[in-house]
Amino acid sequence: MSASEQHIGLDIAPAPGKKAPYRFQVGPIHPALKEPMMFDFTMDGETVVNVDLVGGHNHRGIEWMGMRRNPVQTLYLAERICGICSATHSFAFSRAMEDALDIPVPARAEYIRVIVAELERIHSHLLWAGVAAHEIGFDTLLHWTWKLREGVMDALEYISGNRVNYGMFQIGGVRRDITPEMVPKIHDYLDYYEGILGKIIHVFLNDKTVQMRTQNIGIATKEDVVKLAAVGPTARASGWKTDVRYNQPYSAYANLDIEPITPEAVRGEVVGDIYDRIIVRALEIKQSIEIIRGCVSQMEPGEILWEPKMAKLLMELKKRGGEGVGRHEAPRGEAIHYVKKVAGDENVTYWKVRASTYNNLLAWVPMLIGDEIADIPLIVASADPCFSCTDRVAITNNAGKTILTGEELHRLSVEKTRRLMQ
Amino acid sequence: MSSVELLFRIVIGTLIAAVGGIVIGLAAKGVDRKLHARMQGRVGPPLRQPFYDVLKLFAKDNTVPDNAVGWMFNAAPVICLAGAITLLLYIPFGSILPVLGGHGDLILLLYLLIIPGLAMVVGGFSSGSPYATVGAQREMVTMIGYELPLATAVIAIAAKMNELFPAEPAFALSTIAAHPLWGEMGLLGIIGFAILAMIMVIVTPAELSKIPFDTPEAETELAGGLMVEYSGRNLGLFYLADGVKTVVMGAIIVALFIPHNLSPVFTGIAQGSIGAYMVDFGFFLVKLAAVVFFAVTVLRTAVARLKIAQVVTLYWIPLTMIALLGLILMMWDSVPMLHIAPWLGGA
Repeated sequence: MSASEQHIGLDIAPAPGKKAPYRFQVGPIHPALKEPMMFDFTMDGETVVNVDLVGGHNHRGIEWMGMRRNPVQTLYLAERICGICSATHSFAFSRAMEDALDIPVPARAEYIRVIVAELERIHSHLLWAGVAAHEIGFDTLLHWTWKLREGVMDALEYISGNRVNYGMFQIGGVRRDITPEMVPKIHDYLDYYEGILGKIIHVFLNDKTVQMRTQNIGIATKEDVVKLAAVGPTARASGWKTDVRYNQPYSAYANLDIEPITPEAVRGEVVGDIYDRIIVRALEIKQSIEIIRGCVSQMEPGEILWEPKMAKLLMELKKRGGEGVGRHEAPRGEAIHYVKKVAGDENVTYWKVRASTYNNLLAWVPMLIGDEIADIPLIVASADPCFSCTDRVAITNNAGKTILTGEELHRLSVEKTRRLMQ
Repeated sequence: MSSVELLFRIVIGTLIAAVGGIVIGLAAKGVDRKLHARMQGRVGPPLRQPFYDVLKLFAKDNTVPDNAVGWMFNAAPVICLAGAITLLLYIPFGSILPVLGGHGDLILLLYLLIIPGLAMVVGGFSSGSPYATVGAQREMVTMIGYELPLATAVIAIAAKMNELFPAEPAFALSTIAAHPLWGEMGLLGIIGFAILAMIMVIVTPAELSKIPFDTPEAETELAGGLMVEYSGRNLGLFYLADGVKTVVMGAIIVALFIPHNLSPVFTGIAQGSIGAYMVDFGFFLVKLAAVVFFAVTVLRTAVARLKIAQVVTLYWIPLTMIALLGLILMMWDSVPMLHIAPWLGGA
């Protein structure tokens, strides 16, 4: 082992043996990663032999904070779990709360929720496409894509008054209406996206260098994604038709025809590589535009809130109790919020968030093994990871034994259940 | 020419070449960045941004990692810049003849071209970072990759020169610059020559570590690769060397393929006067800018980064084949039927 190889990884001993495999670490801070996460690779030359994921660099204790606030305050906190899927978490949280406390949502509010959620999907997928282009050094495509994304942000600002955290959701409805005067401008925005989108998708799918970097790279088979419970475009690109909007229609999605998008529509077959993930996201942007058009045409006048008076709403929320689950198909895949509230308590008693990246983490292992260093950034980006949404724990003192096996965890949980039942 | 006079010429010439090369190189980088930005729909930095960058880098701390081989790590940027400036002494700028024109030829130039890249490899290996190690390996592989088509292009031109002007040294840049090949050949030769020009344009971004051939630095993969541990003055020196290398590659392409001068067009300017030199130098800068625009700016705007295996495959198989085709076409040009001159009504 050469002198330079011994320095790889400051606190990790070099792998035994004279030559390959050696260790190569990406992260926690690395230009390819937009958030901290550590990938500990075992390499043979430029080829990945194995990979270990080390998370927990971005834990913020947001659930802990949420359990010390009333449901309306927690709703705004939920919006701030992620900077990209801010509608996702407030959507899932309000649905969980409405499920737990038996609160009905007016039909018009459901349509407005879906419009915001789908606009968010468009901007998230465009953001992803830009990042993916940047990872393969195609900055021109990044700037073009993000220019289009600015237009989507403008539309979101037009509807909600905000560009990132929309503040549209309320437990039992939405806070702002989409008035009939706003509809023509929304149609203008949608037409504008459709116009430019075709060109950008054409470059992504037909550019030779993009194809060279994405086709047959980072493959996850259908068996892999089913076994590892991947969600969202990552699972659909491998041919698994999973989409909460389709499998378990909710909100206004039940009134709209939604089919999970898989790549064979364009390519004729499912490979499960990065190119397929591009196809799925590109088609989903088009699908979202159609969904928004459908919502705007189907919306009927009516109430947008179950209870417009804040004091009365808070009182009602305090009075009720129960536990519920809210699911939403985020741009990255299914996000689940679980809440429990004891009747008479002001605060949310228990809140658990499972963001979509958590499910997609393990799908990276089959994708990365066998590929090259040059593919790592794009493969990691191809799942559209969001680590701040995912991290639930931070290890501050690594001196003792901290990593539990599955059996230990199971034993501990059985013991805790027994304790609780006494 | 006495040896004292030669020494004096070398010292003064090197100084002028260093300052001129650095200034033109940084200006070329500024133009490249501005045009790149405009093509991406951005405003882009001001044209003098590279100068600010250098000033900033030289004002910053120069960090040497603990596990780096210190002397090698610090020597690499100096060697890189010195190697790039040495190259300038062999290349004509417009009608200004190179300082060391009579003392080296294209073959020497090919060898000297390796020095800046090799210095970067040494710097990368000595910095003790796995990213730099991988980057240095990739740089070596890239160099091996593009040498083949580059050498093919150079040999084809020299062979043609030898055929047309057997009395003059075929590999000397002064011979090549004095006789632009475009007018000397038939249709096949011109097509072959154009193919070789294209090959040189595609070799340039690899030589300069620019997208699509920037695998050794690959910001999103290797966080800068070779350069990852460099900072402050050392990084500034590499930055300057990059600018000078841009001028070198542009000037080589200009000298090989478009050595035409503008001063004969203006009858009012006497040949050999200061005015003629100025006009030719100005025209040279325009040609240089055009070459850099096509070889660097357009290419890096239009495509994604390739992987190292793809880079080598691209250079060894398709590009070498195309270069050989160019060479063969230029050799076949001796078939008299295909001479273009009679068709145009000339001799």
